[in-house]
Amino acid sequence: MLVEAKALTIRRGSETQLSAVDFHIKAGEIVTVLGPNGSGKSTLMRALLGILPPSSGEVRRAPGLVIGYVPQKLAVDHNLPMTVRRFLSLPKRVSDAEAMAALARTGVDAGLAQRQMSALSGGQLQRVLLARALLAKPQLLVLDEATQGLDQPGEAAFYRLIAEIRAETGAAVLMVSHDLHVVMAASDRVVCLNGHVCCEGTPRVVSNAPEYRALFGLGTQGALALYRHEHDHGHDHSHAHDGALLPATHIHGPGCNHGHAHNA
Amino acid sequence: MPDDFLIRAGLAGVGVALAAGPLGSFVIWRRMAYFGDATSHAAILGVAMALALNLPVLAGTAIVALAMAGTVSALAGRGWAMDTLLGVIAHSALAFGLVAASMIPGARMGLESWLFGDILAVSRSDLAVIWGGAALVVALLAWRWQALLTCTLHEDLAQSSGLNPGRERLILTLALALTVSVSLKVIGALLIAAMLIIPAAAARVVTRTPEGMAMAASGLGAAAALGGLFLSFQQDTPAGPSIVAVAAVIFAVLLAGSALRRGR
Repeated sequence: MLVEAKALTIRRGSETQLSAVDFHIKAGEIVTVLGPNGSGKSTLMRALLGILPPSSGEVRRAPGLVIGYVPQKLAVDHNLPMTVRRFLSLPKRVSDAEAMAALARTGVDAGLAQRQMSALSGGQLQRVLLARALLAKPQLLVLDEATQGLDQPGEAAFYRLIAEIRAETGAAVLMVSHDLHVVMAASDRVVCLNGHVCCEGTPRVVSNAPEYRALFGLGTQGALALYRHEHDHGHDHSHAHDGALLPATHIHGPGCNHGHAHNA
Repeated sequence: MPDDFLIRAGLAGVGVALAAGPLGSFVIWRRMAYFGDATSHAAILGVAMALALNLPVLAGTAIVALAMAGTVSALAGRGWAMDTLLGVIAHSALAFGLVAASMIPGARMGLESWLFGDILAVSRSDLAVIWGGAALVVALLAWRWQALLTCTLHEDLAQSSGLNPGRERLILTLALALTVSVSLKVIGALLIAAMLIIPAAAARVVTRTPEGMAMAASGLGAAAALGGLFLSFQQDTPAGPSIVAVAAVIFAVLLAGSALRRGR
């Protein structure tokens, strides 16, 4: 087990942001945490990284765990001159060869190495952030809304890259997303969060959804799956999961006291 | 053959500029300009305290600067806006310092030299303190350089690599308090912040990496110090303001030069 949370509760002031969340991620596993804005996904991620202390419950990380963190965005102040090459040497200095290999692996043109960070496009920045995270040779990659600002083909390509990297390095991947429509089929588990763990399960590739095929084309090679989940639910009336994605393995979290009607 | 006091003045100015370059770069990157201003204004209270209690001035200013930083971060944690807090605390400390100094026999006379500096009266022992303090600041920043840069760029990212942003912030505050204390005699409480900010801002125009900017800031600051002294000697102008004026001209010239190059 790389990271494990037990009955993790986080309060800020009088507001409970996470209540009694159980979570774990194993070596080599890809786990996606899904939830709408304000569902506590970022809070969960920051608690798992050790940035936020739990109000109650506990978070355990494997001793000496190396984490590669890819933040949602990185606004490099214009006043801070920073080339891509220099950025890759933070916090640890790396050799030119290592830096260029990491850029090549994440599909960043070598010519961008001397470009200023503030001059990169959204897609280029995401890949550079990923390259930096990989240089630490992480056992766990943590990606926070990594595809924000990418168009859908770009998003598909990015997810495919993550899957390849997991296959090559064996690193576990924890992804956080509010994008309820698209998750990576390669996810071993999807955890739905809305203050508590609503449900978790295995995603199923939707190979026969024509509207999504039309949107992403065949070129995505199954990297995208449809995931629909109605999250704007009041907690004391029933709601329907669209059910396309969370089949039999769908398990309700202990915190779910709301009714569910599944048509899957 | 220039007079001895001029050589000492030149060395004092260069010493301050060396420390102010990298520190001023962080002040700019972290948007701490107000904080630098507040720390240097508060130093006047430290001078008054030191004179009243018969302490070394260096100790008085360092203690007040640190106390101010502590108060500001404690109050900022309770939701006060940073610029409001700094405005209240800095000007209060300056006002109390001026009032207190007026009550100490003999201190009123020297007040102007604390406000505007008295670089032409720098003694050998002053020079030792200035260079010792500057060397300490440069060593401290060089030691923590990678960590400081990472924390400046993204605190969560730094924390996920095992760094402690709070500790790095404290190191910067210490470096700032130390720089203000040793620069007081050279440039004066009212203009220290200018020596931090103007050379670093000028250096930004002509550099592409953080290290380049820090070193260029030191170099430009030293040039401003020597140029200002020369101006002061030739035209019989006050030394501290002359140094800052030369720094401002350097900034304007570099900025105009880069605008022209880009316009072409």
